[in-house]
Amino acid sequence: MQTETKPVTQKAGKPWLSKGIRDHLVAYSFIAPNFIGFALFTLVPMIFAVILAFVKWDGSNPMNFVGIDNFIRLVKDTTFHKALWNTVVYTVGVVPLTMACALGLAILLNQKLFGRNFMRTAFFFPYVASLVAVAAVWNFIFSPTMGPLNNLLHLLTGIPIEDLPRWAADKDWAMFTVVLFTVWKNMGYYMVIYLAGLQGVNPELYEAAELDGAGGWKRFVNVTIPQLAPTTFFVLMILVINSFKVYDIFINLFAGADNQLNDSTRVLVYQIYNTAFRSLDYGYANAMAIVLFLIVMGITIIQFRGEKRYGQ
Amino acid sequence: MVGPQKKFRAGWKMLAYLALIAVSIGMIVPYIWMLSSSFKLNKDVFTFPMVWIPDNIRWQNYVDIWTRIPLGTFIYNTAKLSVIVTLLQLLTSSFAAYAFAKLRFRGRNLLFLAYIATIAIPWQAYMVPQFILMRELGLNNTHLAIIFLQAFSAFGVFLMRQFYQGIPDELCEAARIDGLSEYGIWARLMLPLSKPALSTLTIFTFVSTWNDFLGPMIYLTKTELKTIQIGLRMFISQYSAEYGLIMAASVVSIIPVLIIFLALQKNFVQGVASSGIKG
Repeated sequence: MQTETKPVTQKAGKPWLSKGIRDHLVAYSFIAPNFIGFALFTLVPMIFAVILAFVKWDGSNPMNFVGIDNFIRLVKDTTFHKALWNTVVYTVGVVPLTMACALGLAILLNQKLFGRNFMRTAFFFPYVASLVAVAAVWNFIFSPTMGPLNNLLHLLTGIPIEDLPRWAADKDWAMFTVVLFTVWKNMGYYMVIYLAGLQGVNPELYEAAELDGAGGWKRFVNVTIPQLAPTTFFVLMILVINSFKVYDIFINLFAGADNQLNDSTRVLVYQIYNTAFRSLDYGYANAMAIVLFLIVMGITIIQFRGEKRYGQ
Repeated sequence: MVGPQKKFRAGWKMLAYLALIAVSIGMIVPYIWMLSSSFKLNKDVFTFPMVWIPDNIRWQNYVDIWTRIPLGTFIYNTAKLSVIVTLLQLLTSSFAAYAFAKLRFRGRNLLFLAYIATIAIPWQAYMVPQFILMRELGLNNTHLAIIFLQAFSAFGVFLMRQFYQGIPDELCEAARIDGLSEYGIWARLMLPLSKPALSTLTIFTFVSTWNDFLGPMIYLTKTELKTIQIGLRMFISQYSAEYGLIMAASVVSIIPVLIIFLALQKNFVQGVASSGIKG
């Protein structure tokens, strides 16, 4: 970084040193505003999180070190198991459906079609639209007796409204409902990632496949799918991680004024939130948070390895 | 757009259009219904078959929402927080990113590693100790808590650094020889050059602060401090039968994001496509 313009007056290296220090101070002054905030509000809590998982603490009385008691409690806690299970079920529902819809739409929109830009915008918008507002509409749409969805289904199928699914209000249909809603809300985002991936596919590959006499479907299977593998892998990882972090969608679809979820809809982050901020059981809540952390870290490591494999 | 697309048969194209039209309806109709219901009396919201344009357009809903709930306060709070967080994020991230990309100093790799290492750790995993820390600092039930929570993200530093690394070092060298200080290079060279990255970061930060739910839910329990998301949520759960009003308030809460989205959507889409991180 030093510029060799003027002959440096070698005065026992003193101006050198002070320039070095000055350069360092300048560099640190660039980093400091962000790093201080980042260290204090991200790094410190992260370190604190590890300690907190091994204590029992209600936030006001002195902390008690309890070793791995919190984790032993987790193993026995059936409510926590239910929350973890629901999160897994939600993930298993959301991930493949979102991927299929996102890829399908991306392939359709990757052609020259009338209204392409408009559709891309319209499909993406739910992702940025305020969740509380769109959840309010969908709650009305899903409303069992009055809602337009069941009225429409009744009209189309003739099944009495009482026999139609009660959607968010029915514990057997709740998970299906929230998966549908999530796919509706987020698929546009992944569609845009897929569209970018499709733009990166070398057109010559299609031409070569065509010369070989490959039809549309064969080209899709033999060119598009393998060429999109890195994108698909990335989308898969992000989707799984985001599904494990879910909270707000469940609250807005299922909870009443008390913001409580029941056994069929409680998820991992809800359980952490409730244990910490309602039961004031900070240590135990943090043990759950560590589980979330480990799951996400595990996925990230898989992703990291996979990227190495897919990286050119 | 060359190759197989050209040869797509007309039948295929018809099918594609049909599928896309069906999806478009599914994506757009909820908003239209929201808008239409916001002009209706409660008793008319659920009439079936739907009446898209009500006989008596009820503007009163849009008058009532401002008095039934402190919607103005909620919007003011959210706008204030979103603007402050976005400005801080842009300023501090691009500042730090400049040093990481273009300056050499001791501890650079270590400090950057600290950012990288945390980027994958979900906020939900450390929200509890963060809350305890904020409470100890007396920040519970203040807007500062939300600002500190959102403004110094590793994501911002990472995004800006990636962009700055694409700018040739020779440009900075030339500016140095011309006598510009490092601050001058940042302000007069890097900032103007990094407009695309800054726009991406702006829209991501603004929208995620505007739409944040769990953060304000943890920190802001006083009604006068609440943001639009949790304010609206409180209103919906308390007056669950005020269908028309709920829809009117929902429309109002979506409009600012819609405007920003339409204005900057190109950057948004490019940002998602290139970075694809933020979620």
